[in-house]
Amino acid sequence: MSNTLQPGPLPASMQLDDNGKLRHFLTIEGLSATLLTEILDVAESFSVVATQPVKKVPLLRGKTIFNLFFEPSTRTRTTFELAAKRLSADVMNMNISTSATSKGESLLDTLRNLEAMYSDMFVVRHADSGAAQLIARHVAPHVSVINAGDGRHAHPTQAMLDVFTIRRHKPDLTALRVAIVGDILHSRVARSQIHALNTLNTGEVRVIAPKTLLPENVEQLGVQVYHSMAQGLKDVDVVIMLRLQRERMTGALLPSEHEFFRLYGLDEAALAYAKPDAIVMHPGPANRGVEIASSVADGPRSVILEQVSNGLAIRMAVMSMCLGATGGGKG
Amino acid sequence: MNISIVNGHVVDPANGVDAVTSLFISEDRIVHVGATAPDGFVADQQLDAAGKLVIPGLIDLSARLGEPGFEYKADIDSESLAAVSAGITTLCCPPDTSPVIDAPAEIEFIEQRQEEVGLARIKVIAALTQGLKGSQLTEMAALKDAGCIGVSNVFAAFANGNVIRSALAYAASHDLTIFIHPEDLDLANGGCVHEGAVATRLGLPAMPEAAETAAIGYILPILKLTGARAHFCRLSTGEGMNMIRRARIDGLKVSADVCAHQLFLTEMDASDFNPLCHTRPPLRTQRDKEALRKGLTSNGIDAICSDHQPHELDAKLAPFAVTEPGISALETLLPLTLRLVEEGVLSRPQAVAQITCNPARILGLDDLGHLGAGATADLCIIDPDTEWECQPATFHSRGKNSPFAGWPFRGTVTHTFVGGELVYETNVSAP
Repeated sequence: MSNTLQPGPLPASMQLDDNGKLRHFLTIEGLSATLLTEILDVAESFSVVATQPVKKVPLLRGKTIFNLFFEPSTRTRTTFELAAKRLSADVMNMNISTSATSKGESLLDTLRNLEAMYSDMFVVRHADSGAAQLIARHVAPHVSVINAGDGRHAHPTQAMLDVFTIRRHKPDLTALRVAIVGDILHSRVARSQIHALNTLNTGEVRVIAPKTLLPENVEQLGVQVYHSMAQGLKDVDVVIMLRLQRERMTGALLPSEHEFFRLYGLDEAALAYAKPDAIVMHPGPANRGVEIASSVADGPRSVILEQVSNGLAIRMAVMSMCLGATGGGKG
Repeated sequence: MNISIVNGHVVDPANGVDAVTSLFISEDRIVHVGATAPDGFVADQQLDAAGKLVIPGLIDLSARLGEPGFEYKADIDSESLAAVSAGITTLCCPPDTSPVIDAPAEIEFIEQRQEEVGLARIKVIAALTQGLKGSQLTEMAALKDAGCIGVSNVFAAFANGNVIRSALAYAASHDLTIFIHPEDLDLANGGCVHEGAVATRLGLPAMPEAAETAAIGYILPILKLTGARAHFCRLSTGEGMNMIRRARIDGLKVSADVCAHQLFLTEMDASDFNPLCHTRPPLRTQRDKEALRKGLTSNGIDAICSDHQPHELDAKLAPFAVTEPGISALETLLPLTLRLVEEGVLSRPQAVAQITCNPARILGLDDLGHLGAGATADLCIIDPDTEWECQPATFHSRGKNSPFAGWPFRGTVTHTFVGGELVYETNVSAP
């Protein structure tokens, strides 16, 4: 682990090795459409594995993967763990309370200790934007880092599983209008989704939210901005709802849950603005009655549970590609 | 001791000198500037400065020196050497040390340390409120007697607007300049980068331009009300600078500085989460950078300072938002300012004025910052043609946290005099 203050290369180039293959998976930004498509295709092959009686492949046998969760998570951590196990890797889960690492040096200290145990991959979730990149910059050359969510910055595997889910239902992304609704400002999921959808030439990406939940210059990410569901959902093929954390109500960003749901919640009436065959997505866990009505979350157009299953295939794909073992998923 | 510095190109903007001439120093004073020595002057030492620039010693309006309280980052020994090696002969130390400089004892401590080290002069900006807590005024008269050259609340909040009014009025009654760091803490909202496209991409907590402009807009009427003299520190926005320029036209006693890095870096430089570009105020937009550069010649900005903040390695080895803001900047102040001349932003005398006589005027130090007869003999000699590459690892400062690593610069300090004493000299054979 290097102790230098000088910054390394930009994230896009940092994620690839000299042969243009994936080494770290930190952010979607800067990755090519070809590479994203490769991830989706590898994930398709892995999704077959889950339906077989023996759900394991030996691709990562002998590899050691640490799940480093500096921020609580159940779903994401579980699917990463399961993905690693399906690939036959040894996996360790470390839930590291943020109080123990409130000083930044402890973060790198933790990693130095883990690296000494000859790990091959760190899957990192952290409350601070840029944490995964910081770690990737300082790990030994043979170690890969996968970002499982850093602050408000990126959650690239979530974005890939969302795109995977969309592609299964509506294969031609160039013909689609996708709307992302809710708390864009605080959402790493939204940022990664926007990059993934735009890289794959999605017809139109929209965000729908009040100004208090939109970051400055969000349109420069390549989205159309709407403040109303009636206009924003018109003719949309895919509706992605984001989780609204309850603490946002206390920060004067919103007057009340009631008003938010009335204006930006997805119920049957709001969904009627979208195309009749539009699908409904949510990265979970959903706040029913805050951003989405139960009737929609559990309704026929919801693909929310598929997203969870697809998450496993995407994470298997990314883990195996980062560790240079992409070949065998088809078995 | 009499010293003559002959044949140098003297740039002394306060006295309108920009020509090859000679300087004659007796004890700690400049006694004469001209082609020939004054009658009866016998030089004990003569220095041939042919081909070199001779300018007043730099006056840096803000440098954190690590003492007291942050000796693990830096100390007065290391930072004073860094200063004189870079031509800086006077440093201003803000009061946000530990303990806070809010009583004469802390000023005496710093003065004592300065005397022990004996390199650069250190001037203290004392706290405006006790403990920088924003409610109880400090004993400003006693602080002034102890030697402080101004007062500031740095970034700390005031309890309410009436405390601000009282603090400003009380400082004004003791003829103390108030050093204002314009940042509305509520609007800043813990932001660590400029609120704009880069912050949105990176998902970092962001500070809007309005954090600066709203703070300036709030304080200006109170300055008018109290008649206080204020210096605005580290402007980062073109709009904030314009507000101060208008206030100046309206007759308020205001001045403003910018730190050198705001004239060269923008929000884009932080776009790979480079913690070396984590500063407070944050690096702003290209438009702000251009506006601040223009302000140097259009009454918007009076001085360029380093805003030196040396940090230990660990302070910058963390995710961007939790790293400590600030740049180790003493050793890049002069090179960056000279670069403005190369880039055609400033004439050489204009550039020198921004780091010498202008800050001296802001501090009310009549005998510093210029090379006229009678002035204190603080000066530096620069070889203007030496090209070098910035390597923070070789800084004299203990802080190696500079985003300018690898930047090519032209011009190195060969000699620095403080009070007529040679305190720094480069080994001529060294690169």
